[in-house]
Amino acid sequence: MRRRPAWPRKALDAAVKVASALAAALGLGFLAWILFVVLRHGAAALNWTFLTSLPSAPGGSGGGLGNAILGTALMTLLACVFGVPIGMLAGVYLAEYSRGTRFATTVRFLANVMMGIPSIIIGLFVYAVLVLPSGHFSGWAGGVALALLVLPVVARTTEDMLAMVPNALRESALALGSPHWRATLRILFRASRAGLLTGVLLAVARVSGETAPLLFTALNSPYWPRSLSGPTANLTVTIFNYAMSPYPAWQQAAWGASFIIVVGVLALTVVSRTLTRERK
Amino acid sequence: MTSTPPPDVAPPRPAVPEPAAGVQAPAAAAAKTKVSVRGLNFYYGEQQALFDNSLDVPTGSVTAIIGPSGCGKSTHIRVYNRIFELYRDQRASGEVWLDGENVLAPGVDVIELRRRVGMIFQKPTPFPLTVYENLAYGLRLHYRVKGSELDDRIEQALRAAALWDEVKDKLHRSGSALSGGQQQRLCIARAIAVEPEVLLMDEPTSAIDPVATSRIEELVVQLKATYTIVIVTHNMQQAARLSDFTGFFYQGRIIEFGTTTELFTNPKQKQTEDYITGRFG
Repeated sequence: MRRRPAWPRKALDAAVKVASALAAALGLGFLAWILFVVLRHGAAALNWTFLTSLPSAPGGSGGGLGNAILGTALMTLLACVFGVPIGMLAGVYLAEYSRGTRFATTVRFLANVMMGIPSIIIGLFVYAVLVLPSGHFSGWAGGVALALLVLPVVARTTEDMLAMVPNALRESALALGSPHWRATLRILFRASRAGLLTGVLLAVARVSGETAPLLFTALNSPYWPRSLSGPTANLTVTIFNYAMSPYPAWQQAAWGASFIIVVGVLALTVVSRTLTRERK
Repeated sequence: MTSTPPPDVAPPRPAVPEPAAGVQAPAAAAAKTKVSVRGLNFYYGEQQALFDNSLDVPTGSVTAIIGPSGCGKSTHIRVYNRIFELYRDQRASGEVWLDGENVLAPGVDVIELRRRVGMIFQKPTPFPLTVYENLAYGLRLHYRVKGSELDDRIEQALRAAALWDEVKDKLHRSGSALSGGQQQRLCIARAIAVEPEVLLMDEPTSAIDPVATSRIEELVVQLKATYTIVIVTHNMQQAARLSDFTGFFYQGRIIEFGTTTELFTNPKQKQTEDYITGRFG
């Protein structure tokens, strides 16, 4: 039998290697480019006033986005207060109490669907059920819309993380006479705490950059959020409005807001990665 | 926990347990029976894994369960504390009497059952907590203890598990930082801290090195003064060394049950003989 020559195999291998490396470099390149542009333009806008004071009047200069930073922080916090406990409980139910039941399969499927729903539709939904009946935009509605985005992510990560805990650990807690809820909270949550925290942080990172659900719910506001029952300032809608405005100062401020969001999300991601690594 | 045994089943605490059909009663059956299994069947979904198991575990003894892989040894003891109920598709029928109470009866307080029937698993499973908290967890579940009383109980249990001297200076370090053998003794300490009556050991040394194994074997011999021990093992020498009674399982059935001496020197069934002489399994 005649041997196949080696060079076509080696050439193909080299070609695939080069092609995939180029693709990776292209993807990373765009990411780096985005970061570079946002950071460069954004950094120019940053100063203490920008972080702490109210926006300038249209066409004016100076001013800041303190109200939007505060509003985004408040609504993200609200989303966590609503979304995280419910999501975690749902995840616990799926992983610990209902394995293999049809109900669990249905809930899991719905959670997956909910994760895939475009966020603008969540915004419209909250607009229909909260904003329209109350007659005005509000920070509460914004928080609820964001919570609806947090909920399925947290539920699914909680379930996945608990499912990764070895059964032997679960069994040994139960075999000691532990009620299931206590074994879950004290032992299983502890065993998977890095993963659970990562899930929450990633959910927060995701919603803190959402614009669409807030457009219909919190809207935006040039004032400090005195309460969450009126339109509430936030970074993302501010970017949306300012970036399309004709005023250079506002355009500059939009870059600044982008900078804050990007750095915030980056920080959360780094923190969550560090926590996950610690576990191993 | 009010279930009463129905007629024509093993009465509570029988002075001499009645041998179930097809099973040799232990020669030393004069001892009191701690666990009495009658007509136990077990199913994984549709598939039956145990067939009509009946045996009597005498109080204060070590009973070994041997047999080839997949013969139902672990499945059998996992019924005693009802741990199998964690899985929806697993089901047991028959009776397991613990001091005259059928643990499979509805209405049994499973939490209290599991306090009375402790379990040690194949792989050491320290909780992701400190050594101290590993023991405190179980104690707080079942007793109102705190402060120095809790400290004392924890020290007692660690001493009983022959671990105290090795961990007394690391009580507040993570339990998973201990060596494999130490972790397994930590699990034993954790189990005996809640003062069980029966200890189930599911191949407790199969994931542990030989030196650590012999320490655990010594420990088992010491513990049988206080607890009734049922140990599942792959290792026939271990069964011969440690146990007073041995049951040989094959394909979900109890082929032979008797004193360890008798079963190993004078097996009555051909299959038992073939297994212990290494002809299969």
